[in-house]
This record gives sequence, structure tokens and C-alpha cells, in this order.
Amino acid sequence: MPHVEYIPEVGRNKNGRRSFLAGLLAAGGATVGALLTIPLVRFTLHPILARTTEKSWSDVGSVDEFQNLDAPVKKLVTIEQRDGWRKIALQKPVYVSKDAQGQVIVLSAVCTHLGCTVPWVEKEKKFICPCHLGNFSADGKLLGGPPPRDMDRLETKVEGGVLKTQYQFFRQLVRDKEELA
Amino acid sequence: MNEEAPKSGFRAWLDRRTGLDSLLHHALDEPIPGGAKIAYVFGSGLLFLFLSQIITGVFLAMYYVPAADHAHTTVSYITKEVTGGSFLRSIHAYGSSAIIIVLLLHLIQTFFYGSYKGRRELVWLAGCVLLTLMLGMAFTGYLLPWDQKAYFATTVGTNILSEIPWIGNPLKRLLRGGTEMGTLTLSRFFVLHVFLIPACIFAFIATHVYAFRKAGAAGPLSEDPVTPKLKAEGFYPKQLVMDMGFAMLIIVALGVCAYLWPTELGPKADPSDTQFLPRPEWYYIPVFQYLKYWHGSTSVIGILIIPAIVGLLLVGLPFYDRSLERRPWKRPVSVGLFTATLIALGALGIASHREDMRNPGVAAQLEKQQAETAEFMTAKFEPELSGSFVAQNATSLNPDVTKGKALFEGQSCNACHGDNGIGTAAAPKLTGVGEKYDSSKLESLLRKPTEKMTAGGMPAVGLKNDEMKALVAYLQSLK
Repeated sequence: MPHVEYIPEVGRNKNGRRSFLAGLLAAGGATVGALLTIPLVRFTLHPILARTTEKSWSDVGSVDEFQNLDAPVKKLVTIEQRDGWRKIALQKPVYVSKDAQGQVIVLSAVCTHLGCTVPWVEKEKKFICPCHLGNFSADGKLLGGPPPRDMDRLETKVEGGVLKTQYQFFRQLVRDKEELA
Repeated sequence: MNEEAPKSGFRAWLDRRTGLDSLLHHALDEPIPGGAKIAYVFGSGLLFLFLSQIITGVFLAMYYVPAADHAHTTVSYITKEVTGGSFLRSIHAYGSSAIIIVLLLHLIQTFFYGSYKGRRELVWLAGCVLLTLMLGMAFTGYLLPWDQKAYFATTVGTNILSEIPWIGNPLKRLLRGGTEMGTLTLSRFFVLHVFLIPACIFAFIATHVYAFRKAGAAGPLSEDPVTPKLKAEGFYPKQLVMDMGFAMLIIVALGVCAYLWPTELGPKADPSDTQFLPRPEWYYIPVFQYLKYWHGSTSVIGILIIPAIVGLLLVGLPFYDRSLERRPWKRPVSVGLFTATLIALGALGIASHREDMRNPGVAAQLEKQQAETAEFMTAKFEPELSGSFVAQNATSLNPDVTKGKALFEGQSCNACHGDNGIGTAAAPKLTGVGEKYDSSKLESLLRKPTEKMTAGGMPAVGLKNDEMKALVAYLQSLK
């Protein structure tokens, strides 16, 4: 560095004023800095704070198809899951059946025991889980085996002659049906 | 420098361990001959802007994916869905323009003040390298959103390279990662933009600042550049306050622009589009216009020789301009050339705009592109569809495969092997099983599983022959 005669304008004799200004600058800088981090924090927290995927309705099939059911019918519904900027399409099996009153119902094929897919066994007129032989009646009532509850019913609605269902996952191994996000 | 360091307490301890106090004093008590001036704020303004680019860039990278099939979706996601995403991206995009503007102001100030004179060659050289690196950042960053203008502007930008004799084409291929623009180009530009160029910028900022402090601040026009005579004033507090004020001005300007005119994103790059008219970012427009004037055999003069001469004149300035005269009116040749170059660049920019507006076909196409961008911006964010289901749908044209898929699900094979045979914790995946075994082997394994398979819970499959054939066809279709 070239030699310069350095005479600080606000020198040591004005220490009080100098440190007051330093404090002011530091406080001002910190405030502005903190303000600037707000958009960064909001940006980072977006996936945590944003609403989780809203439930969507999937088509099961035409209502006419299910008018004269004498046994549960297996249908594949396509569900879409949001994963950040992508959407994953999954096909999930459901059973269309009738309850005791003859109303059309849609059952999740996921066993309430450990989550295996339960098939309808026509020969025995029962749903029998291949994993641990939990079995259910045609309307999903628990008949025997290890599962803690009936098969899970899914919400349904009819729109323009099409049966729709809201596919959902439920907690396994618990007595009461409990939605999973 | 300061003998009055506090002698006890945490700060004293920290200072003894780190020497932080003397470092701080070294930074803050930098002597400025002739005192603080608004004209000196540009260097620290650039440092501040670079810091802002790093911070916003790191945050943008939290959602961005540098691959041709995801880049546009992720930028669209940032712009349309993520809280504050459009704002942050706009700050980053406007920040790049701001860097170019402040760089120009810094260069102009240094030039007219003759601050490069007197043992300041290294400061100047490092500054020239930083200017080039920043232009490189702007060029590589422009491609990353992978929208129409990014794709086509970069196609043109990299094509210019092939005009260079001998090494032009290999250089272009190296930069693109192949002969054509594609996902590898994007990866390369990403690495340059995020790792390589910033690393070089750090190194050259360090060189620039170190060499600057070694030579000392040049001070006003009246100051002797080698042995300062004017009374010096510390950097702190006046110059620091001015620098901080300038930084505040930059933040506010960026914030207002980002808020009022958020940076747009155009439709995804479509390489098959033959109509698209690429236009670079404003600071490259003069160069873009300049290159239009050179064709055929003379193009090497315009594209290589003239820029090389201009570059050498700029870089070599402190080496051939050795006089210590700083007053601009006493250096008519260099000041005249510099001013003429600036005016020429400005004129080229204006010429480009006027040409575009005068040609009705071009003007209409540019307007159409703007309308397409506006339309894309108002459309809702469309998430990218992914997952094995997509691939599966494409292969289910064979009726046997469709039937086999129904059997696979009907027999609850998917309970353990997963939907579309992707595997679960309970059983291995079946994708690719068709390459491992032929159909007769698959059938025999299904009818009579091996001991190992049985032990894992695999039951024997008792299907009729036609059903078995369908199931095997389905298994073989799993890729």
C-alpha cells in the first residue's frame, strides 16, 4: 500500500459518535437482512405449508354396469398423486358391490390387516386375502381371520351416469377406519 | 493499526483467536484519498449484487432440475406455484441485468477517472476477467428455463462459435455435449452456471480486491495515482454509508421490478418449431445486431478479428497507456475510442430494435411469440405426469398383455409384486423378468415355483393354458 498520511475524520476522540453510528448501521443492516429473508423462508416452506393434495374423484364405470350385480366386481381406478412438480398416476383395484339394502358400494381392495390386495373368490363367495386368509362377505363385512375391521368403504357419487369414487388410503391394524393423508 | 482493542471479554477472546478486529479495521479504515464519493459505490454494489445472485440462485436450485424433460416444468412450478417463487426468480433474472448495468457504470467510472493508472494493471486485468465471467453467467443462465426463447437464443449463440476457424466446431460440440442442442447441453450450462464460473468469479473477486487494496484507492482526478498527496479519509463511515445506500437502492429497484413486472416464462422449448425468432437478452442485442453485418468469407474479420482487437485494446489498456495523466480531456484518443465504442454499441441496439419493428413479418412473429408467452403465463401449472403407469399404457396394445394384466391383478400377484410388477418389500420386482427367462421357463416357474420362491411365499399358479399364456405375455411386457 502506498504511504498515505491517514488522518481519520472521525477519530478516537469521537469514539462515542463513531460507535453510535456503527450500532445504527449494524441494526439497520440486520433489519434489512431479516426482511430480505422473509421471501426466502416462505419459498423454502412452500411444500410444507401448501395444502396437501386435494381428494379427487376417479371414474369407476357406468352406473348401468352395476345395476344387476350378483357378486362383487373388480374395477381399476386411476388416481393421481401430486409429488411437487410431478403427478404420479397409479391404478388401484376397488370392488363394486351391494350392501344389505341393495345400495351400490365401492370397497377398497386393500386388506385392513397388513395391506395385501384382497381378491373375490367366486367359489367360496367370499373375499379371501391371500396373505393371511382374512375373509370378508360380499359387502365387505369381516367374517374371520386376523383383520381388525371390515373392508374399507370408499365415498361414492354418481355424475352423468358414471359411478365415481374418492380413492383413499386407511390405516391398517386398527379397529376404526382412519384416513391417511 | 489499532492499539485500543478491548482487553477482556468475549470479543477480546475472539479477537485473540481470530484477529477479527484487526481484519475489520483493515477493511473499514481503508484510506480513500480525497474522501468518500458517490462515484466509488459501483464496486461494492457489484459485490452486493453477486451475493444476491448466489443466495437467490441457491434457493432456486431447491426446486430446479437441470434436464431437458423436467427443467421447464420445474421453472414453471417455481413461477406459478411455489410461494414467492415468481418473485425470487424475478429478483435473480433482474439481478443479472443489474449486474451488467452496474458493471458498465463501474467500467465507465474507472475509465474516465483514469483509475487504472499507476501500478494497477492487475486490478484492471482481474476486472476484465470478471466482466467476461459475468457475461458467461448471463449466457449460461439464459438457457436454464428451457423455454422457446432460451432454447433458440442459445442455439444461435452457440452456432456463432462455429464461425471461428479451426477450433470453432469442436468448441461448439464441446459446449453442447454433441452436435445438437439437447439435455446434455442443459447439464453443461448448468454446471458452468452454478459451479465452474462462480468458482472462477470468487477467485477473481479475491484477486481484484486484493490487488486493489495493495495499490490503494485511486482517489479523484486531481490525485497522483502512484504517490497520493490528498488528505485521506477512512472507508468508514462515509463511504460505507454511501455503499450501503447504493445497495439499498439496488434492493428496492430489484424488488419493485420483480413485484410489478415479474419475469415471464414462455412455452416449453420445441426444437421442431421453424418459425421462432430468437432474440437475446437486451445486453447481448448490440452483439447480435453487429453479427448480422458479417457474412461469408469476410465473416472471420467481423466475428474474430475485430472483437479480438477491441478485446486486446481494452485488456491491454494499463500496459500501453502508461502516462500518469488522469484528466479525460487530456487523453482524447483513449477517451474518444472508448466513448465511440459505447455509442456504437448503443446504436447497434437501437438499429436492431428498429429493424425488427420495420419488418412487418418479423414484428408480427415477435408479437405472436409475446402473445404465446402471455398465454402460457396465464395457464394453470400443469404437473408432469410420471410413473410406470405411463409406460404401461403404451405397451398394452397386445390383447394377451391386457388380459395378462387383468389376471395379474385378479390373482392378486400385485399384492406382493406391486402394481405393474414394480416390486414391494414382500416380493421382488418382475420388471425385466422376460429378458431373464423365456416364456416356457416362466410358465414352468409359475406352475411349479422353486423351493426358494415357495419359501418366500410364492404360491403355485394353476391357470388354464390360454390364461397362462396371457399372464406370461404380460410378465414379458414388464420393462
